Amino acid sequence: MAVGLTLIFGVMRVVNFAHGDMMVWGMYLAFLFATRLGVDPYLSFPVCAAALFLLGVVVQRGLVDPIIEAPHEMQILLMLGVALVLENVALLAFGPEPARVRSPLARLTWDVGPLYVDVARLVTFVVAIVLTLALWLFLYRTDLGRLIRASADNHYGALVIGTDVRRIYATAFGIGAACVGAAGALVSPILPFQPPTGLSLSVTSFNIVIIGGMGSLVGAFIGGLLVSVAESLGAVFLRPSLKELFSFSLLIVILLFRPAGLFGKRQP
Amino acid sequence: MKWAMAVALAVLLALPAVLSGYAVTIFVLIFFYAFLSQAWNIVGGYAGQLSAGHAAFVGVGGYTAALLFERGITPWIGMFVGGALAAVLGAIVGYLGFRFGLRGFYFVLLTVAFAEICRILATNVDAVGGAVGLYITFTGDPRQFQFQDQRAYYYIALALMLLATGVAALIERRRFGIYLTAIREDETACEALGVDVFRYKLLAMVVSSFLAGLGGTFYAFQNFSLQPGAVFGIPLSVEIVIRPIIGGAGTLLGPILGSFILTPLGEVSRSYFGQSGLHGAHLIVYGVLLISVVLFMPQGAYPFLRRLLKRP
Repeated sequence: MAVGLTLIFGVMRVVNFAHGDMMVWGMYLAFLFATRLGVDPYLSFPVCAAALFLLGVVVQRGLVDPIIEAPHEMQILLMLGVALVLENVALLAFGPEPARVRSPLARLTWDVGPLYVDVARLVTFVVAIVLTLALWLFLYRTDLGRLIRASADNHYGALVIGTDVRRIYATAFGIGAACVGAAGALVSPILPFQPPTGLSLSVTSFNIVIIGGMGSLVGAFIGGLLVSVAESLGAVFLRPSLKELFSFSLLIVILLFRPAGLFGKRQP
Repeated sequence: MKWAMAVALAVLLALPAVLSGYAVTIFVLIFFYAFLSQAWNIVGGYAGQLSAGHAAFVGVGGYTAALLFERGITPWIGMFVGGALAAVLGAIVGYLGFRFGLRGFYFVLLTVAFAEICRILATNVDAVGGAVGLYITFTGDPRQFQFQDQRAYYYIALALMLLATGVAALIERRRFGIYLTAIREDETACEALGVDVFRYKLLAMVVSSFLAGLGGTFYAFQNFSLQPGAVFGIPLSVEIVIRPIIGGAGTLLGPILGSFILTPLGEVSRSYFGQSGLHGAHLIVYGVLLISVVLFMPQGAYPFLRRLLKRP
């Protein structure tokens, strides 16, 4: 999930505050597919990703593009507005009750020696790795991917060699949103969700991206692992409700001493 | 302009005599949020340091006053103790943020992280009420900052709003205010000219958090309860940030105008849609307004209106 955010930020230096809410929309789409059409979230996630891709492109084209040159603060506020709208439209549409998608996979477990492995979590984990790899390949091995990275690196340079930078931005934003949509659909059988979940998801993914390093895919992945491990350890040794304390403390320390993140390349 | 202000003030002073109880409550909220927004405006508007964690200061102020009240110290004193503690927290956040040169988005995240840590701590430390929060026993004693009559809160909230606006006006007229605006416009150039950027940003943060801390006491003793999620949570920070932005950040009247626009809108749509079970509608309104302000009048409503009025 943080992979999508890091792509959006890394390419366009736009901070997407609506990230978690987009993810919640991915979850609700999966929920709709599962309840209305009986499609398992593990099959419908590409559709969710495609829908979120469209949403991402629309938001970028219609809202972010006109102020792409404006200071960061304005973009933060804009995305905050988008987040408020997305979250509360979800609240209006789906109500405040927590929802959960039922998938037959979620009830299966495998015995591996002394461990029980939750099949649903395993599948989610594997798909997440595959998606990250695919995104990496896309960014580093295809022309479009190279153009995205070039636009991120040097806006004017990319313009000079004839890139349609605005289109690249829209694509990148869309792909970022699609990643979140896929992630949302994939975790929907594991994680119960409700519209306000979006906010905490946004905050968590910011943690991950900052800790891992802005604009670095590997960083996002490792940051994600680090944050989850820190939170689980905190939950085991102290109270479960205190677990977020660790990720926020980690965030402050990283912000102060290594603001580019553990794997970030440049100073902010 | 001075005349208009005097008339507006006279009207506000006389209003409670003719308003219904519900309308008075709404005005209390308008003034209270205008006050908090004005406090935010000092650091967020003038100095351009976007803090998204001002709820933390409100929470610290409110909790301090409420805890002192339980030990028999009147909130009239507790208010200032709370403000002072909030200012200390503001100084810590500001010191770390500014000393390590965090700008823009990174500073936003730092303030959010601090506010969230406060929220998590308040939720988990049972000595301050834990997840249930604190409840204040109602005595109706004015010496304990408790009033039977909402109109008393009306005047206190009005006074707070005027206080914060007075402080902002004072800052605006002095060299300090000019430094802050200059820092917002171009921090590097300021440093090059020998302005002690760090000192002024820190000072702005301290003043702002002190005021927000005072507001915490008002919140606690108007609602007679404090919940960690409500006073430390991100939604309150958003409420505080959004008003000056829509009204016009870095202007004296912007936060007030923003609060006069948003608070009634929020309250009315909340009660109107809330009745039909449509929660969250007021936040959609906020979101749409925020998006349109950023896109169409990034300076905010007040500068926009002023330009309209000045045009012959």
